[in-house]
Amino acid sequence: MYSQGLDNLGDLPPEQEAELVATFQARIDAEEKIEPKDWMPARYRHTLVRQISQHAHSEVVGMLPEGNWLTRAPSLHRKAILLAKVQDEAGHGAYLYSAAETLGVSRQEMVDDLIAGKARYSSIFNYPTPTWADVGAIGWLVDGAAIINQVPLCRCSYGPYARAMVRICREESFHQRQGYDIMQSLCSGTDAQREMAQDALNRWWWPSLMMFGPPDSDSVHSDQSMAWKIKRFSNDDLRQKFIDITIPQAEHLGLNVPDPDLRWDEESQHYEFGPIDWEEFSAVLAGDGPCNEERADAFAHKYEDGAWVREAAAAYAQKHTTQSKGKS
Amino acid sequence: MSNASNQGWPLYEVFVRAKAGLDHRHVGSVHAPDDELALQHARELYTRRMEGVSLWVVRSSAIVASDPASSDALFAPAQDKIYRHPTFYTVPEGVDNL
Ligand SMILES: [Fe+2]
Ligand SMILES: [Fe+2]
Repeated sequence: MYSQGLDNLGDLPPEQEAELVATFQARIDAEEKIEPKDWMPARYRHTLVRQISQHAHSEVVGMLPEGNWLTRAPSLHRKAILLAKVQDEAGHGAYLYSAAETLGVSRQEMVDDLIAGKARYSSIFNYPTPTWADVGAIGWLVDGAAIINQVPLCRCSYGPYARAMVRICREESFHQRQGYDIMQSLCSGTDAQREMAQDALNRWWWPSLMMFGPPDSDSVHSDQSMAWKIKRFSNDDLRQKFIDITIPQAEHLGLNVPDPDLRWDEESQHYEFGPIDWEEFSAVLAGDGPCNEERADAFAHKYEDGAWVREAAAAYAQKHTTQSKGKS
Repeated sequence: MSNASNQGWPLYEVFVRAKAGLDHRHVGSVHAPDDELALQHARELYTRRMEGVSLWVVRSSAIVASDPASSDALFAPAQDKIYRHPTFYTVPEGVDNL
């Protein structure tokens, strides 16, 4: 159903293009949704393809750090929950690849880019998960940060992306709660368990804050994305919101947030926090994080391992089409 | 080793009936090599939380859609036929159940 009304921008005289752009922006300003076959500026399409495909890759690569614990979860109950959570993330990837496909890029191209190491995904998934508490910290903090980022995307101007986000957000709060539940169990356990929870918070806190992207002063794509209503709030606003929401949750667990500069500011009614190490962020994005290579290899191998299933399914489908053609 | 093995998998649109008495509603799409697997994929992707009691999948290529460029020609004529709506008529004061 999502065939493309491709914008043959090259063929349009400039006045006509300006008119189309003006009508397009007016629709956005009026909070109308843009649908796949509608005319859209090439840059809007391009921005969305980049953002949605990166988002899809993040969901898919995001399965790896937690997948690490699927066979080692401490009980059958925890294992069933984690399995369901990881399966949801696969689904999120699938919803998002579909949304990107409506813009004229094929799923195979996107997957190939990921395998070739050409695609970006969220920096957070390049950190290791050495303990069970990491699974708790990921659900609580990483899915928590994702929720803050994703809720405004439910109102994104591009219809298929917004609809995918509605479905995703519906599933995310289970992810966050199961993570917090793991943290709670650990924090009400032995000293060693509490230490394990604290250690996980220490390692995941700063990378979670980086999930909201560079500070507004350095954010390259922000203004245009805001005008197009792809983005609704700035990186810094969302980050602040996450911090304000999360600190009391950490206090409830009896854990210390690893930031000596953290303090409640009565006047602004927000938490003040210390400087974020943006050099670390850039390094991880550029491929120098603790697990970048491991993730890329794991994904490529899993994809290869599954090739025989895809081939068998394709051969079976082929055989059946040939047979039914033979009969008629 | 063939990255091309699912390149040609057609796209299917997925419709879910949330419960008896409601229409099937479009929820998204899946790629699959054939109808049977499309249904399996749709079940796995869109009904993991009791979202539905019935599923339809249909090849996206089988759907005939109107072109947004001609939406004026198709839908605008309805705009000047407001007499098709009950709110067009004024009901005299004191007249009920109309
Ligand atoms: Fe997700
Ligand atoms: Fe999640």
